[in-house]
Amino acid sequence: MASGSILAKEVRRIVLEQSKRANVGHIGSALSIADIVAVLYGGAMRIDSPQEKDRDRFILSKGHAALSLYAALHLRGWLSKGDLDTFCGNASFLGVHPEHTLAGIDFSTGSLGQGLSIGAGVALASKLRSSSRRTFVLLSDAECNEGSCWEAITFAAHHALSNLVAIVDLNGQQAFGDTQDVLSMSPMAERWRAFKWDVHEVDGHDGEALLEAIESLDMSSGPPHVLIARTTFGKGVSYMERQLKWHYWPMSDIEYDNARAEVERA
Amino acid sequence: MRATFIKALAEIAERDERVMLLTADLGYTVLEEFAGRFPSRFFNVGVAEQNMLGVATGLAESGFIPFVYSIATFATLRPYEFIRNGPILHQLPVRIVGVGGGFEYGTAGPTHHAVEDVGVLRLQPGITVIAPADYNQARTALETTWELDGPVYYRLGKDEQRLVPGLDGAFSLGRAQLVRDGDALLIVVMGSVAPEAVAAAEELSVDGIECAVLVVASVSPVPEEDLIEQLSRFRTVLTVEAHFVTGGVGSLVAEVAADNGLGCRVVRNGVKVPLGAPGGSEAYLLDHHGLSRGKLREAARLAVLQTASI
Repeated sequence: MASGSILAKEVRRIVLEQSKRANVGHIGSALSIADIVAVLYGGAMRIDSPQEKDRDRFILSKGHAALSLYAALHLRGWLSKGDLDTFCGNASFLGVHPEHTLAGIDFSTGSLGQGLSIGAGVALASKLRSSSRRTFVLLSDAECNEGSCWEAITFAAHHALSNLVAIVDLNGQQAFGDTQDVLSMSPMAERWRAFKWDVHEVDGHDGEALLEAIESLDMSSGPPHVLIARTTFGKGVSYMERQLKWHYWPMSDIEYDNARAEVERA
Repeated sequence: MRATFIKALAEIAERDERVMLLTADLGYTVLEEFAGRFPSRFFNVGVAEQNMLGVATGLAESGFIPFVYSIATFATLRPYEFIRNGPILHQLPVRIVGVGGGFEYGTAGPTHHAVEDVGVLRLQPGITVIAPADYNQARTALETTWELDGPVYYRLGKDEQRLVPGLDGAFSLGRAQLVRDGDALLIVVMGSVAPEAVAAAEELSVDGIECAVLVVASVSPVPEEDLIEQLSRFRTVLTVEAHFVTGGVGSLVAEVAADNGLGCRVVRNGVKVPLGAPGGSEAYLLDHHGLSRGKLREAARLAVLQTASI
């Protein structure tokens, strides 16, 4: 764990640095999942190297938050600073959404509602091969608007894919506003429960609680698992929190300085 | 064609444990041959084609060779974006088996008529597209392509009786098969409507009009050299497909002719109007859309006459 420990604060710092350098948005979504990817890549997942065949798999189904994932890969030592600095550049492997051509990324995502089906296939393959490999899929709450998610949810439960863990980044916001106003998925936990998943509600910014929840899961038998992770869009930068603007906008110089200072103070 | 295909697939599965079969709850009485022999590698995923393609993507990335099976419309159109972002983008060995290309589900109506499946998949680089003309060719096509690295689409018919005279089950990726020669006209045909095209050519032969017939089953990769060689011999080419005239073999032939500056005229026979009433059997619908042997014979005769007057 010591060699792989990742601080969410460092993930946030990289998210701010890179989104400022590249002058792009999606900052709020990336900050929303910073604690989750820090826990996954900082110890929860069994991943010694990207080349290891039986390492745990991670699918960022909400691909638009890829910057946090790049930060985690960098902090794990799988992505060099030079490559990280190509984020959103020309001829780069690091776009706004993750591409499988980058070492450490198994599946390209960006179109919502596809990652969980792929994760179910990976988990099924692990079962068929009696592999200890586990599969983690991170979805957004608004992504659950997609009907295809519920096809995958139904399939995974029917086949008792206990080695599959979905994490829902329940930040309550989507591209046009609050999920409650756009297309309510409430009550999220009850929906998954009704589909026969093992449901855990957890604070998505509490690293210890997240790790504890993941470590408590029985991944050898029984139903698939979902962590309904309550999060705050833009978490860690007070002026971004719950503000729709930060789904889209890049930061001005002053905004960047303020954001950096706040993250460093945390 | 589909029963032969599944039987051949079961034989391959016997030799290779990576081969799996997934169905979106279709293929009753057809898939039992595989399901009975390899129950642990057969999954009926329910009526959920998008998930089927997503699951197959995950399985293929994990080292399996999953075949996914449904009626051609449901296998290609409903999960199209999953095919694009999954097996094609990641270059994974997912095999999409679409049954009933064209009007084979006759009275089932337009929702079951696959007349754009080849077109929408052909326009994607990175997926092999195969439309066999009869069950023997379908078996050869499977046996020679099941182990390819990237994804494959097989457009299958349901018929297990009719054979295309002169084809003898031949198939080769990137090649086309000349099943009949002649000098009056070249007919280029795709899919299980091929016997109709050959029958039309045989009827014209009685009148002394000898038409060549070229079968294109390897749609992607395009049989470019074979097409150039044959198109170069004729002033007029008649394309035949149970598919919209845009996107399928008619478009393909026109592209090859244009790309290579060939002087032939391309007369495309296929579906030219939106689907809808009137409905009927496959034979009725083929005739309605000008694809029965009688309609093709007259289309060919007209094309020959027009060519003579040019």
